[in-house]
Amino acid sequence: MTAVRKYPVLAALVLGAAFMVLPFVVVLMNAVKSPEEYSSDGPLSMPDGVYLDGLTDFWERVDFGQKLWNSVLISGSVALLAVVLSVLSAYAIGIGRIRGRPYVLAFFVLANMLPQESLVYPIYYLSKEAGLYDTRLSVVIVFTVVQSAFGTYLLSSVLGGFPREVIEAARIDGATKWQVLWRVVVPVSRPTIGVLMVLFFIWTWNEFLLPLVMLVSDDNQTVSVALGVLQGQRDMDATMTNAAALLGVLPAIAFFLIFQRTLTRGIAVGAVK
Amino acid sequence: MSAPVTGAAKDAARAAGGSGAPSRRRWRKSRAGRPRPTSTEGSYALYLLPGALAFLVVIIVPFVMNTGISFTEWSGVGTPEFTGLENYDRLVGDEDFWESFRHSLAMVAAMALVPTAVGLVLASALFDFVGRHAGSRWVAVLRACFYLPQVLPIAVAGIVWSWILAPESGSLNELLGAVGLDALQQDWLGDPDLALYSVMAVMVWVQIGFPLVIFMSGLQRVDPALHEAAELDGAGWWRRFWHVTLPQLRPEIAVVLLWCTIAALKVFGMVYVLTGGGPGGATNVPSYFAYQNFFENFQAGYGAAISTVLTALILVLAVVALKMQTRAEDENG
Repeated sequence: MTAVRKYPVLAALVLGAAFMVLPFVVVLMNAVKSPEEYSSDGPLSMPDGVYLDGLTDFWERVDFGQKLWNSVLISGSVALLAVVLSVLSAYAIGIGRIRGRPYVLAFFVLANMLPQESLVYPIYYLSKEAGLYDTRLSVVIVFTVVQSAFGTYLLSSVLGGFPREVIEAARIDGATKWQVLWRVVVPVSRPTIGVLMVLFFIWTWNEFLLPLVMLVSDDNQTVSVALGVLQGQRDMDATMTNAAALLGVLPAIAFFLIFQRTLTRGIAVGAVK
Repeated sequence: MSAPVTGAAKDAARAAGGSGAPSRRRWRKSRAGRPRPTSTEGSYALYLLPGALAFLVVIIVPFVMNTGISFTEWSGVGTPEFTGLENYDRLVGDEDFWESFRHSLAMVAAMALVPTAVGLVLASALFDFVGRHAGSRWVAVLRACFYLPQVLPIAVAGIVWSWILAPESGSLNELLGAVGLDALQQDWLGDPDLALYSVMAVMVWVQIGFPLVIFMSGLQRVDPALHEAAELDGAGWWRRFWHVTLPQLRPEIAVVLLWCTIAALKVFGMVYVLTGGGPGGATNVPSYFAYQNFFENFQAGYGAAISTVLTALILVLAVVALKMQTRAEDENG
């Protein structure tokens, strides 16, 4: 590898990376343009100044604060509940080594792989029967279970390698299984549990099909659903589309920056998704 | 993934050792020594109970129902009418259904084949050139750029691209006009001959970061001595890529290809947002086709049959993927 060949390769990679982030740059540039400036100068010019009325108009028109809150509430609850459910199941499988373990594990993995299309209609129908249709609770319940399929699979394999001596020592000291779980296993597995919570939060935040079907009223919709529906109806003008894109991109970038370390560790762990 | 999971397991084990846990002390109590407090607390299987119940209600019952619905004619209200295999019979003769699966193959190319091939080259270029000569900060920044689209909600990515690809004053057409290539301006998403390719291009952009990150973590596993030996023997970068990197990454490549293929079969959000399956069904995919039958045409039975076929296909691939992953794990220890 000579120095002569190193720079063209580096340049090509930087160019490729620039192409990947270019759409984000264009969105940012245009979200601060006024409609007049947009129609006279087009999407490629640098903005003359910062015009934020388009953003605030859009924010108020779709009640974006409410959408953000719905997304935070749903994704946060799912991250927490799905981790608890995963920990309980994985404790039985990974540490308890219950009988038929490989089959139970295979079941969880296949459940994780199931396309939501084959669940969506019965869930839609059953939730209507149960009076849960168009509630955030219904979406929280469904995704808690869906995400915990992956969590159970991953945690089981991690807990399978848990040092047995630690557990036996605690048991000999008189700890119950329940105490061993919360005072030994959970604190020791904190790194993995942290990765899982971040992945669950972001996956749930990004979910589209089930929330689209389940959350029909404006007050319950998540960011993804609200923006997706607006776009699907094709009744946004260019400025509005831009505002929508920017407001949708910003939380994702924020999570990415906040969780980057956890994520890069987690992506590899979460390869299954 | 094999390697990363082992890594997480090691994390946990290290944390256990570091916290001064008895594992370091190297003693063992004789098991018969003391009675264990097992009598009152029940077995480990109890901890599986909440998960099992939740799965029964949210996954198993709906799945069985959906399969059941696929043998009926049902608008969603009233009583489903049992029709046996009629829906499947209709599927076989439905040109729209076959077309949607042909589009799935296009999605497999865009989301599995191309990203895997490009991801391999990118990952080893980042690892070999940038990692060794420009430093790990560059690697981290460049990797983050390629990975960014992966964290974006698919609906938001769809909005960004439908605006860029808009026929009137969309950025792409404006850009082509600005550099004098007006002749190449197109209605990227509205032209039936072009729309599928546009959607495919967007999916490549969305997907590329995933194989990249997996392959980069796989490359850390490869013994540098292999590369050094090949380099000493006078092998250039491409030859080392073919004869060292590729064979070493085989488990990762297999797993990435299969997972991405499954993801490609499930594509829904991007089609919903970008084209709505149009124009004239030119970008319809099975999951969107099922959605239309469920919620737009009120033919729940037919929608259920489509999703059952899709599920069967995915489960077969999933079982293959699992088998391969277990084998890869065994090989890696």
